[in-house]
Formats: sequence, C-alpha cells, structure tokens
Amino acid sequence: MAKVQGDVVIDIEQCKGCELCNVACPLNVLAISAEVNSKGYHYAIKVNGNCNGCSNCAVVCPDGVITVYRAKV
Amino acid sequence: MTQNFDIPEIRTPENLVYKKTSVLTDNVLHYCPGCGHGTTHRLIAEVIEEMGIQSEVIGVAPVGCSVMAYNYFDIDMQEAAHGRAPALATAIKRVFPEKFVFTYQGDGDLAAIGTGETIHACNRGENITIIFINNAIYGMTGGQMAPTTLPDMPTSTCPYGRDVKIMGNPLKITELLAMLPGTYYVTRQAVHSPALVRRAKKAIRMAFENQKLDRGVSFIEIVSNCNSGWKLTPVQAIKWLEENMLPFYPLGDLKVNGELVKKSE
Repeated sequence: MAKVQGDVVIDIEQCKGCELCNVACPLNVLAISAEVNSKGYHYAIKVNGNCNGCSNCAVVCPDGVITVYRAKV
Repeated sequence: MTQNFDIPEIRTPENLVYKKTSVLTDNVLHYCPGCGHGTTHRLIAEVIEEMGIQSEVIGVAPVGCSVMAYNYFDIDMQEAAHGRAPALATAIKRVFPEKFVFTYQGDGDLAAIGTGETIHACNRGENITIIFINNAIYGMTGGQMAPTTLPDMPTSTCPYGRDVKIMGNPLKITELLAMLPGTYYVTRQAVHSPALVRRAKKAIRMAFENQKLDRGVSFIEIVSNCNSGWKLTPVQAIKWLEENMLPFYPLGDLKVNGELVKKSE
C-alpha cells in the first residue's frame, strides 16, 4: 500500500501562535516554538515528520498561514 | 537547535492540497490570535474563488471588530454606518441586481443597533446574504455585554454575570429571523474545529448560490469565540464555546429552501 506523506509550510511571520492548529492536528505534528517572530508571537513549528497532509491545521487557521502538500511515496 | 522536518521534494504544485486563497489580500489580519473572524473571512473568500465571482460580488463591512474587512478581501466592498449594513446591501442589490451582495456583521452590529434594519431587510425578503458572527460580546470596544450575551456570563459591564431579571434575556435573533416570510435559508454554524469549518463553508456556498434564485435572504450565524473579551486563551475559549455557547445556540439549519426545519427532539 502506498504511503501518504504530507508536509506543511508555515508562514512564521504571519503566525500569531493561537495553537488552534496544534489542537486540530490528529498526528501531533505541530507545536508552538520557544522562539518568537518579529511581532513577538510564539509561532507554530513541526516537531515530527508524521504529517499525512490532512489539512486540518490549515482549515482551522484563522490567519491562513499554513500551506499543505501531500504526495504518495 | 530544533530539528528540521521539512520535506522539500514533495512541495510541488501538483501535490498542493491547501493554500490561502488569492481572494484574500496579503495584509496581516488585525484580529486577535485564534479569532473566528479570520477563519470566516477565509471561508467567504474561498467560496468566492470557487464560484468564480470575484468581479461580481460586493461586500458590506460593518462596524465592530471586522470594520476593516475591506482591507482583507480583494473584492468590491462598502463600509456601512453602525448596524445599517442590511439597508445598504438592499440599496446595492436593487441598483445592481445581477451582483452578489453580502453583509458581514457582528452581534453588536446586527443584533443591537441594527436590529431594525436586519429584521426589515429579512422581512422584505431582499435577495442578499447576511453573515452574522456571534461571539456573545462587544469585542472591539472592550468586552461589554451584548444582546447575545449568555445568562450569568460575566462581561466588563456585568462583571458578576448577566442577571436576566435586570439586564433582560439574550436575543436569539437567528430563531427570530427564521420565522419571517422573507428569509429563504437560515442556519447556524461554527468555525472552531475542522469538521465544523468544512460544514460552515458548505453553508456559505449555499447562501451565495441562493442569490441566483431570487427567493429572499440567506442568513448564516457563525458562533465564534472572543478570546480577549472572554479573557481566555484561544484553546480555552473554544472549549468554553463548546460547553456554554453551543447548548444555548445549537448548531444546524433552521430554515432551508423557505421551509422551517422541524427539530426531531
């Protein structure tokens, strides 16, 4: 069976660190960084490579900062 | 040093699943982190993009947190006086009947100062779409009590909770409007979880499609969170919303195709 591999690209300068994507992610790929962006927000980061490209994080993101890719590998 | 989990080789256009729509401008939204306004803006923009009506849609911005909505949509927009968005949308739709006209209003705008305009526009059956964001509070001005504030809910003007004996009962304006003959589609949605966002998008799509039928007002209430007004973090706020707001404002369609939806229970 083909494995599905996803990847998310987060625009960290527009991210406001609301953590809604962390709650929405079923695979716990996302977390909030210890660093801050230029506006002082702790932005979302990837903490593992389990993403399957379900796009739940991008769908709930109020600021639309997440772009999702999905490929069969 | 954080580990890098990027997979650049799959970031190709054919693998793209989700991208911010081009109907929204690149301006950073001024809303608080986690606010449902941003999600709703994006849903409206996505529906406009899917229907291919970017040059044929006219939005009406309200007064409230979303007063600067026209900075974020790459469409024609008009700013209305406080609460008067349905009246302005009526005028725009009557002058340009072939255009898609929608208003975007909060609960302080639509259910407080603009109650008269809202009820009369809905009763006349104007062929417009009204998007109503209900967060049970006046977010922009500092979290004061709104007509939609829940019983016993603390706000900055009722810090001990809303006492319905003194301050009156919350106004369920969506139920009220569903009773009017001029409304064609009335529904209540939410945008705090992925499944609900996808359902809300379908409702917004239907509301815009209904304008082609010329049958009356399509009214969508979006139950949203106000993290700064409720004094909660975004994650706590969506939990509070599920526990308190949704029992009082149950989600679902109230009127579809001009017929009231009968509740099974």
